[in-house]
Amino acid sequence: MIGLSHYLVISAALFSLGMMGVLTRKNAVSVLMGVELILNSANINLVAFSRFSAGNLSGQVFAIFIIVVAAAEAAVGLAIVLSMYRIIKTINLDQADTLKG
Amino acid sequence: MGQNLLTQIVFYFFAVLTVGSAAAVVFSRSLIRSAFALLFTFFGVAALYAFLGADFLAATQMVIYVGGILVLLLFGVMLTHKLYELNRKSETYQLMPAVVVVFGIFGVLVTFIMRTHWHSGGQSPAVPTTAAIGELLMREYILPFEAASILLLIALIGAAMIVRRKSE
Repeated sequence: MIGLSHYLVISAALFSLGMMGVLTRKNAVSVLMGVELILNSANINLVAFSRFSAGNLSGQVFAIFIIVVAAAEAAVGLAIVLSMYRIIKTINLDQADTLKG
Repeated sequence: MGQNLLTQIVFYFFAVLTVGSAAAVVFSRSLIRSAFALLFTFFGVAALYAFLGADFLAATQMVIYVGGILVLLLFGVMLTHKLYELNRKSETYQLMPAVVVVFGIFGVLVTFIMRTHWHSGGQSPAVPTTAAIGELLMREYILPFEAASILLLIALIGAAMIVRRKSE
């Protein structure tokens, strides 16, 4: 039978992979993809706990708020990336080392 | 019994799809391939929501992540690369320390997930959740709901401002 721990393990795997992406990629858009993976893993956790606590829907409401924050984060993050590309002509994070653009 | 087995097969299929395509997102060299692997990850997560009886969230995941955030990320990829360098290998760094840290975190998480005896309150029957979520949002969570709407408005105006600013 598929229990709570199955979902938690999937979520842990997604979190670890997202962390891997954030830590190792040089490209700023790839790092944003890693952040999206981490947010999705948190959402799976919340929805799984909501499901296995006898129909308490608060977890799903929190997941909706996380989706809202993820949308805001993606929009602002990409705006910053585009702005950075316009100024220094690259989006490699190790080359963005000046404070004054 | 047969239906139970079928459920398990479909669940493991979507679990493997989700985790496998997430691995493709992280380890694929080409940025475009990463973006399209992310599409399958979002699909897989939506399927897991459907498995958990969260029908409204599954639909929201499809609309917002696949229809919104993924398209936004693809725009980001296209606008920051010249067309001929899209297939150029994207570089990585700090690979070994990151592998150590990430496997450490994953090991600790899985160990504790397996060791903990979860007090399950029992599975609820899979009923449509949209109406109940709407009631919760309008009653108990009305303040966070309004705060989230203002946050979204501020973020979108701010994003437009950042991009429109003249560089010189």
